[in-house]
Amino acid sequence: MAKIIVVTSGKGGVGKTTTSAAIGTGLALKGNKTVIIDFDVGLRNLDLIMGCERRVVYDFVNVLNNEANLTQTLIKDKRVENLFVLPASQTRDKDALTLEGVEKVLNELSETFDFIICDSPAGIEKGAQMALYFADEAIVVTNPEVSSVRDSDRILGILQSKSKRAEQGSEPVKEHLLLTRYNPARVEEGEMLSVTDVEEILAIPLMGVIPESEAVLKASNQGEPVIHNQDADAGKAYSDAVDRLLGETVEFRFLTAPKKGILKRLIGA
Amino acid sequence: MSFIDYFRANKTNSASVAKERLQIIVAHERGKRNQPDYLPAMQQEIIDVIKKYVAIDDEQVHVTLENTDNCSVFELNVTLPG
Repeated sequence: MAKIIVVTSGKGGVGKTTTSAAIGTGLALKGNKTVIIDFDVGLRNLDLIMGCERRVVYDFVNVLNNEANLTQTLIKDKRVENLFVLPASQTRDKDALTLEGVEKVLNELSETFDFIICDSPAGIEKGAQMALYFADEAIVVTNPEVSSVRDSDRILGILQSKSKRAEQGSEPVKEHLLLTRYNPARVEEGEMLSVTDVEEILAIPLMGVIPESEAVLKASNQGEPVIHNQDADAGKAYSDAVDRLLGETVEFRFLTAPKKGILKRLIGA
Repeated sequence: MSFIDYFRANKTNSASVAKERLQIIVAHERGKRNQPDYLPAMQQEIIDVIKKYVAIDDEQVHVTLENTDNCSVFELNVTLPG
């Protein structure tokens, strides 16, 4: 039985796909058989972030319409054992996804995988609701910024009322807060919401804080999930987040700005 | 923060403004979240029915929905003109 984890946020551009790629890769690196599903029908991007865009033959919608089977459609990651990508359709419209169809695919994947990561599209419309409906756990990706925090709270409301677990009255979806693009220096200057501010407002357990980092853009440029870059703070922070997701207690890092020298302080560099 | 910033007056802490604004709007939206989708329409229809018999303003009607563990209490308060 696989654990189904949705990566969601409400707001676009906060790092859902980057996070799905990093967390999925991290889980596979730890020996878990993992599949990452791109739910963003019409705006496929997970393939680019995972660096497998040229190996897409069939997609999620082909599987739903019985035009291809899962074995033909799943793309095996080149770097990591036990890691697969199920790409979204680029050509169809969002109506191609149905709850029955998605459930059937998830059940089939559940037989052989340990983790199913659902990379949600932005918004709160059908595509996003479809991605979170069957989730056991949810990673809510949030930037320390007003619109992102507000949208995260909206999506938490939807998780608590419109997921399968909520509708059936079973144990609620386990929620995790992942704060991305965190800039400790700006927090210290009082220009950015702090981790504690966001935790206080959203009131869900913190799973990770990913510092704003040049390594993230570099990783997308190269199609190599940032968690592979263990020289970068962002890569290390994602590894910590994976450990916490697996139930380990890991101390938080990169929450304070590196101390500047006296000269840099004076010139404000 | 650079040396020059120490001389600047009125340093406003924008993060605390953001936090305060968020706390207010999030609390407000959470209150509305639990109400059923039909509530605004139902509220309007009830007001229309009352208006057929008594001349009232929309502002004189207060509707609240309170959820407790196993039941919801729908409360309608109409101030009738004396």
